[in-house]
This record gives sequence, C-alpha cells and structure tokens, in this order.
Amino acid sequence: MIAEAGLAALWLAAAFALVQLVLAWGAARAGTSARSEHDERQSFSSEEEKNGASTSSARTTSGGAAPMTALRRIALVQGLLALLSFVLLIALFVRSDMSVVLVAENSHSLKPMIYKVAGAWGNHEGSMLLWVTVLAAAGAGVAMFERRLAVGTLAATLGAQAAIGLGFYAFLAFASNPFVRLDPAAPDGRGLNPLLQDPGLAFHPPTLYLGYVGLSVAFSFAVGALLMRDVGPAFAKAMRPWVLAAWIFLTIGITAGSYWAYYELGWGGWWFWDPVENASLMPWLAATALLHSVTVLATRDGLRAWTLMLALVAFAMSMIGTFLVRSGILVSVHAFAVDPTRGTFILALLGIYIGGALALFGARVGTITQGSTFQLVSREGALVLNNLLLSVILGVVFIGTLYPLAAQAAGVQLSIGAPFFNKALVPVALALAVATAAGPLLRWRRDNMNALAKRALVPAAAAGGAFAVIFALVGGAHFVSVLAIALAVGLGVASVVPVVRRNLRRTPLHVWGMVIAHLGVAVSIAGMAADSAFKTERLAAISVGQNVTVGPFRVTLADVHPAIGPNWSALEARLQVRRGDGEMFELFPQQRFFSTPPTNTNEAAITTLLDGQLYTVLGQGDAQGRWQIRLWWKPFVTLIWLGGGLIALGGLLALIGRVRRERRADAEAEE
Amino acid sequence: MRRVLLWAPLVLFALVFALVASGLLRPADRTVHSAMVGKPLPALALPALLPGKPGIASAELKGKPRLLNVFASWCIPCIAEAPQLMKLKQAGVEIDAIAIRDTPEAVQAFLASNGDPYARIGDDKASRAQLALGSSGVPETFVIDAAGRIAYQHIGDVRADDVPMLLAQLEKAK
Repeated sequence: MIAEAGLAALWLAAAFALVQLVLAWGAARAGTSARSEHDERQSFSSEEEKNGASTSSARTTSGGAAPMTALRRIALVQGLLALLSFVLLIALFVRSDMSVVLVAENSHSLKPMIYKVAGAWGNHEGSMLLWVTVLAAAGAGVAMFERRLAVGTLAATLGAQAAIGLGFYAFLAFASNPFVRLDPAAPDGRGLNPLLQDPGLAFHPPTLYLGYVGLSVAFSFAVGALLMRDVGPAFAKAMRPWVLAAWIFLTIGITAGSYWAYYELGWGGWWFWDPVENASLMPWLAATALLHSVTVLATRDGLRAWTLMLALVAFAMSMIGTFLVRSGILVSVHAFAVDPTRGTFILALLGIYIGGALALFGARVGTITQGSTFQLVSREGALVLNNLLLSVILGVVFIGTLYPLAAQAAGVQLSIGAPFFNKALVPVALALAVATAAGPLLRWRRDNMNALAKRALVPAAAAGGAFAVIFALVGGAHFVSVLAIALAVGLGVASVVPVVRRNLRRTPLHVWGMVIAHLGVAVSIAGMAADSAFKTERLAAISVGQNVTVGPFRVTLADVHPAIGPNWSALEARLQVRRGDGEMFELFPQQRFFSTPPTNTNEAAITTLLDGQLYTVLGQGDAQGRWQIRLWWKPFVTLIWLGGGLIALGGLLALIGRVRRERRADAEAEE
Repeated sequence: MRRVLLWAPLVLFALVFALVASGLLRPADRTVHSAMVGKPLPALALPALLPGKPGIASAELKGKPRLLNVFASWCIPCIAEAPQLMKLKQAGVEIDAIAIRDTPEAVQAFLASNGDPYARIGDDKASRAQLALGSSGVPETFVIDAAGRIAYQHIGDVRADDVPMLLAQLEKAK
C-alpha cells in the first residue's frame, strides 16, 4: 500500500501544481493593474524609480487578496504532498520492501540503516523525487514567508514555480516512476554500490539538490519580475535570501563532494574536472556572481538586467548539469544509470523553461528601465569586475565541458582535462582573488584610486612579504603556486580590513559573513596552491618489514591481515609511520570486498596533521609477497575544505544577518 | 544594437541546445580508432618473447596480407578470442602478435592452455609499440596488407561472426 499511496501523493501534488499555475495566472493578471502598498513604499525610497516602471497609484493589497490567500495555501499543500511522497519512499527503503523495483535494485536487507535511508536518493528515480520534493517545499516556503514582493509579482513567481514543478512531476510519472511494483517480489535486494556506502553519500547529493533547486526559486523570481516588469530593490531583497541559501548548500555540497571523492576513490586528488563535477561547479559560479550582483541591485538599484540574466543562467546551469549527469552524453567517472528517454525528457524541459525564460528576457528586459549608475572606481565597479571574471570562469568551464561534444559532432574524438582547465583558469582566478581583496575596501557609488591604494597598503605588503619569503625558501620552480599563496595571504589580510577598527559588536552580521567568506576563499586558494606545488607521491612494492619514505615520513609495512565489517571483508595493511625522530603512529589502509553487489574498493587511510595530510592506499599483492603501497604527503591540503567550510559559514552568517535585518525593517515599517 | 544584444542569450542557448540534442540523437562512439589505419606500419623492432619464436620487425611483415594481434596473457577477452584466432590460422592466415606488458612464463602458460596461433611474438614491455600502432587496449587485431600498410583495425575480441569479415578484409588486402 505504501508504494501506491506514494504514487497517489505524487499525482495529487502534480494536480495542485496545475491549480497553482492557473490561479497564479489569474492573480498575476489582477496584480498587473493593482500594485501593492509595499511596492509603493519601495518606489519612493529610491530616487531613480520616480520616472521608472511603477506608475500605478492604486493601493490595493486587497485587490488580489482572496486569490493570493488561496494560492499560498495551494502551494503549501503541494509542498506537503510532495514531501509525503518522498517520506513514503524512504519508508519503503527502511522496511526493505522488495516488492518495489527501486528498492530491490538499490537496497539490501542487511545494509546498515543509514544507507537504507540514503539509498532512497542514491539512485535516479529517488533523486528526482527528492529534487521535486525540494522544489515543491521551496515553493511552499516562498508562498508562506514572502511578504515583501508586490502581489502580482509574487503570484507570477509562484506560477513559474508551479510550471517548473509540473514538468518534473511529468518526468517522474512518465519516465522515472520510483514506486513501480515488482511481481513477484525479489527475495532480497541487489545492494547499493559500495562506493556510495559512505556517510558522504548521505549528505552530498541532497545538499547539492537543495542548492540546485534553491536556484529554481531565484529563476522563478526573475521570471515573475520579467512578467510583471517589476525589477528593483524590493525584488532583489526578496530574492537574496533564496540565492544565499542555495549558494550555501551548493558550497557545502561541492566541498563535501570534493572531500568524499578525495578519501573514497583513493586517487589522492580532490578535483578531477569531470563533467559531473563541472555540472555542480557551473551553477555555483553563476550563483556566486548572482549573489554579488543582487547586492548591487538591493543596495544601489543597479545592474537590473544583468541580475535577471544571472538568475536565469544560474538555474539553466543547474538544469544543464542535471541533463549532463542523467543523459550520459559525456564520458564521466560518475556512472549513473543512463537512459536516452530520460535524457530527451530533461532536454525538452530544459528547452521549454530556459528557452522560454530567455525569450521572455529578450522581449521584456528592454522595457525595464535602467537602474542607477555608478563610477568605475567604486564598490559597484569592483562587483561588476567580480561578475565579469566569474562569468569568464563560468564560460571556460562551460566550453571545456561541452567541447568534446562539439568536437564529436565534427567527427573528432577528444577529452578535455586538468591541463586545459588549469592553464585557462588559474590566471583568471588569481585576478579574481585580487578583485575580491579590493572590492570590500571600496566605497559605494564613488571612490578614488589613491584612497584605495592607501587602504590596500597593508594587504599588498603582506602579499609581497609572503611572496619574498616563500620564493626565497623554494625558488622559482613553482612560480604560479607561490604567487597564488602570496595573493591568498594578501586576500586573507584584506578580507579582515572591513572589521578592523570597527566596533565589533555593532558590525552587522552580514559584514561578518562577507569577511569570513572572503577569508575562506583565501584559505582555500592557499590549500590548492600548497597541494599542487609541494605534494610528494611515492609508489612502491614492498614486503612486510620493509620501509619506504615519502616527504618527511618513513613508512614501514608492519603486516597485512584480514578485517571484517558489517557487509564487507577486507585485507588491511598496518603501516607504521614515523616523522623524523617523532612519535610512531599507525595507519590501516584497506582493500574492501563487498558481496552485494560484488565489488572491490580501496579504503585510503589518511592522517591529518597540522601542516597537511599523509594519504596511504593499499594496492595489489604480487606472487613474491610484495604489496603495492601508494603514499602521498600533501602539505596544507586540508585548507581547501576548511576554506570551503568558511565560505559556507560566511554565507550562513550573511543569510541570518539579512533575514534579521529585513524582519526588523518590516516590523518598524508596520509600527 | 541593444535590442539585438538582448536576444543573444536565447540564440546562444539555442546553439547549445542543438549541440546537446545532436549528442543525444547520435550516441557517441566510445572506441578509440587508430589514426594509423591506411598508413604504413610504423618501424617496429621488438625482441622475441619466447625462445624459438621470432620477434617483430616491420620490414619482415610484407609480401602477403596478415593479421597483427595485440594481446596479453593477463587479458580475459584474449582468452575468449583464442578459438577464433586458431580458426583463422587453420584457414591459412599468418598471425603475428605483440604481447603487451607480459612475461615469457605467463605467455607460455597462456598459449599452452588456449592454443598458439602465432607465427611471431614481439615483446612490448612498456606498450611503446602498441601506442605507435594507435591501439588503446587489448585485444586489438590489425590487418596488414601485402605492402606492409595497416589496412584495417578490429577493436576488442574477435567473435565467431567476425571471422568471415576478417577473411574478407585479408582478401581485399592482397
């Protein structure tokens, strides 16, 4: 019964989405002729709006009130139904109901409970249901909490959200039904890919999905704003928390995914420029640009068309990412179940939504008046530079990801990897680091170069000093990496300048957020540069009792013994490690054998020290009793993910700060 | 100008859409074809792997069409294609071989249990000859024509229904 109930809930949610779309259409049309009170207030608060689009003077919040109330409730019910459907799917996995195809193919009754639950979204159908659930829940969230936007714009936004939802409901119902029964039921399941049996899986995909789908809210806001020709600070302030939230989740998802690949795949690398990784990076780049441009729009009412464009692009990148992952048209290490029908379906949705939205953009954005302008040397100027550089990076990643496809259309086979991306992106990324350092040192609207130079003196000196010291220590062999570390030091110092000599308790939370996020960028860059310049690798075949050195470590293979876990057995090496004359410690890398499905995995053993990580992998044994041992010493590699964590934390502080401030402003306005 | 620019994103999107749609309609050919097909055999001089069986020298692979089989004792599909190679040998085809990253003992054992269709076996310890041929895996089988040119490349194991096709290719390569 559970499976049937889940499917019924899904169909009901789809029906509510349809009603939501129709109602939104009506409410938005009513809203065109009646603008809300709140919008009015915003119009007068910004001087440029006087001759702008909002000329209506009807102060009728009640004009669209009844349909709006209904619309809000319908969006809430739709969200709850989708959530119910997803909870029922999890219940099927928890009960190991092998009469459901999806459970039989992706789960096993003997799996640890956490992986049974995670198994619900560790497959195509379940992950798409998760996607649609988050989409519906986000729509419900907008409907319940958004009070700032003009009624018509909110209605149009909810309509756009419903339209997106309908497409994905159709995709689930017609091409990826997760509730299909298996008759007769399987005696037991086939198990979950062992690589995915890791706490990382429990969090990585849902986090990314929350990010992707959060961007769909930004997309819906942009479509709503375009439909109603209502682009201004109020729109930006309404959209910003959603962009921030999506961006935080994307940051966490990418950081966690990178670390997961690093320790689980046993290759010693943390980023492979794989199409699926790029698919998560591209929306993040667009969202990062959007985050900064939406701030210009909210604070200074500038960059209207550009912000709309970015909101559309960010979600387009999420959808293209989903398409690339699910269609299998590109060669990737992420082997998802590939199905051309599904690929075609997602491509059709992509064409309808993104094509439609871009057509709307072309037709409407000309009628949106230009926002306020600013001087080149100003905070806005730096943010525009940031946006341009991020767009360049996005463009390079996009071209690099799709180029093999274009080459294939021309009859040439090739693949594009790290050498291209590193060569093309490192200079742009370093320029971006400089812009990131300079931006917060500038004043809004107008500033001058001399003042900037004065404020940048300390960070620049720090960067120069760091460069001189490291260069003297290691020489010119790793020039780019040394430069990157120096710039990271400069950026780190520059990022804390905005809170220096300020009353720290009175510093707004969102400023702290910016400071911490920018500091995180510096930390992450330093980690990447240190790893690429200073890592040492050693591959050796040694017998028990022999030793091998890597970096400052001497590693002895003490013995190799069998080990056993809940659903795997393993060969485990005992490595005794000594650094110089320091304390000896042990590491236990494993080769694991899973029986359901039969798979071998390498479990790297990693020790984290203050100045880096020692990464050890046990390889094959040979006939002479020697074992392949692969060792990496990676100085300061942990900074990469620490930086990622700081970036996300900064985003979270900014989000809390913004939401609290808006609440306070709303409360004061009502008094 | 500004009007045109506003439609640029849609045009760009349409192009990307067409590109990925074409990728979807024409599933990619994931095999790596050799760029050497139609060209003379690269200069190879591989030492003999087994006593009593000569190695490979490009200059000697001329005069009549033959097969050049890239194999390894550690390769499972190579076991699967062994009966077909024996059949080709019985049909009078000369088959020379390049053993990839292998040892004499292992190859000896492999031939003892799967049959030995080879006239020559060259020892390619570091896959250099394999790369020179434009081969990206094992097994692969090249048809070398009478003039010493690479006439055809067969990727993967030789199945039973590939045998007539290979015989036809050899006929064409005379």
